[in-house]
Amino acid sequence: MAGRWHKVQDRLTSILFAASAVLTALAVLVIAGYLARQGFGVFAYVSPGQFFGGLRWSPPGTLGIPVLVAGTLASSLLALALGGGLGVAGAIFLARISPRWMDALLRPAVNLLAGIPSVVYGWIGLTVFVPLFRRLGGGTGFSLGAASVVLGVMILPTVLSLSEDALMAVPHELEDASLALGATRWQTIRGVTIPVAARGISTAFVLALARAVGEATAVQMVIGNTPSWPTGIFSPTDTITGEILTSMGNAPFGSAWSDALFMLAFLLLLLTVGLIVAIRGRGGANIGR
Amino acid sequence: MGAERFTRWSRATDRIMTGLLWLSALILLGVLGWFIFAVLKDGLRGLSWQFISGQPHPVTAGGGIGPPLFNTFYVTVLSLVLSLPVGMGAGIYLALYARPGQLTEWLRLGTQALASVPSIVMGLFGMVVFSQAMGLGFSILSGSLALAILNLPLIVNVTEQSLRDLPAAYRDASLALGATQYQTLVRVLLPAALPALVNGIALAAGRAAGETAILVYTAGVSTSRRLFDFNPLAPGGTLAVYLWGIKANPIVPDWREIANRSAAVLLLVVLAINLLLLGPVRLWHRRFSGRGAR
Repeated sequence: MAGRWHKVQDRLTSILFAASAVLTALAVLVIAGYLARQGFGVFAYVSPGQFFGGLRWSPPGTLGIPVLVAGTLASSLLALALGGGLGVAGAIFLARISPRWMDALLRPAVNLLAGIPSVVYGWIGLTVFVPLFRRLGGGTGFSLGAASVVLGVMILPTVLSLSEDALMAVPHELEDASLALGATRWQTIRGVTIPVAARGISTAFVLALARAVGEATAVQMVIGNTPSWPTGIFSPTDTITGEILTSMGNAPFGSAWSDALFMLAFLLLLLTVGLIVAIRGRGGANIGR
Repeated sequence: MGAERFTRWSRATDRIMTGLLWLSALILLGVLGWFIFAVLKDGLRGLSWQFISGQPHPVTAGGGIGPPLFNTFYVTVLSLVLSLPVGMGAGIYLALYARPGQLTEWLRLGTQALASVPSIVMGLFGMVVFSQAMGLGFSILSGSLALAILNLPLIVNVTEQSLRDLPAAYRDASLALGATQYQTLVRVLLPAALPALVNGIALAAGRAAGETAILVYTAGVSTSRRLFDFNPLAPGGTLAVYLWGIKANPIVPDWREIANRSAAVLLLVVLAINLLLLGPVRLWHRRFSGRGAR
């Protein structure tokens, strides 16, 4: 059967497959390298102290990033607070309560939520939530709150599907033991299912956080793009991704401003990759967003 | 006495919590319905063939979305053509060839790390490498290359999973008959894994069609002045980027109407990609597995 040609073919293709895997795995290093090379140029214009500690971001002259970091953290953590609870609740429902007909409705719904493009989320934010926040809090409506609500919905599918994986992996024997002892379903979920799945659920939160931190388009469309400190849900602010998306077209390539944006991209990459490495091997970690 | 009250209290809590979990599921459905309604309510109004196929107007009202819509399909297909060979190759390697060990762990870590790279970050990389260093400019090809890398980990993951989910007997039987690894892969494993594979590719296609941040500074925001411009070096503004751009720089007087309709069309296109590719999969699956009506 396996003649000489087939052996050569087998060998060649196995080398090609291995090369593809190596190429894929090394890509992230190449990307980081290019961003770093461009980004470190910023320190020829601005000292690291000013860049990392300066309280104002006012390009092209003043390039202190803490304000942007604060905006990113505030919007992402608020989004996690809004979408995280609902996501886990939905996961518990799907894993332990949902009747079949509701399954058939809810699963496609979650997939649809995951499939809606960022820019469409941004447009919904612009037409629904920006006016809402304008009515509630005055001002323009472009705000940290509007961005967090949109982001919160965007991370729902991530939290939900990864949490559900974690809940599904809980051995039935444990739950049966609890039920046999007379515990109600909720007591079992609270006392057994959730604690056993806690590690996987926290993984879901970390991945959702990585998503929220990296999301650019939708946030940029509703957060106001003013580099001021986020003081409340009605205050307009800016994020790392939003600033890159807004300013890259205006900053002359090679200028301090442009290099600073590349540095921000590099830092963002370190952060998201760092989060992935931190949760590696914890179960429930799924690649592909 | 106390025990009885405890039991009653437990039952009540159980019922309340079950109710709350039902409520959260209904909220999820409600949010989806609300969002889709919000997009389609204004977006389907005034949607005409003239709008879908027409040229955008730079300053006056009445422009269409023909070229950006065409670019959406072009960029999506081209990015898949570029990422499928490498992505599937890597997935096949991880599923069938890689031996457990440190090296394989590093390959997995690298792939996972690549999956975590945000869209806008990949966009800057694409801008430096494809648009500038390689001289491709803001073009369809430049955007497709960046998108191909963004989608690579998803393709790897989908390929690996679809092969791993097959019964081990498929592979063992083929190898035992004297077939090589490659013959086994092409004649037995890939056909069997095809439904799951196409499913995953549809996912990648849907995501590619809706991407924005990665394309703004690689494919660019402008479009060719011809409707069906197949030149890969033509400006590559897609519908998603067009929608983003028209909000960022609202010049035309009817930008709101255009954005509403663009959002509706984009949403429908992305949903359609998922459905269109899923249809044939079910048919194939039925035939291959021998189940279902003949």
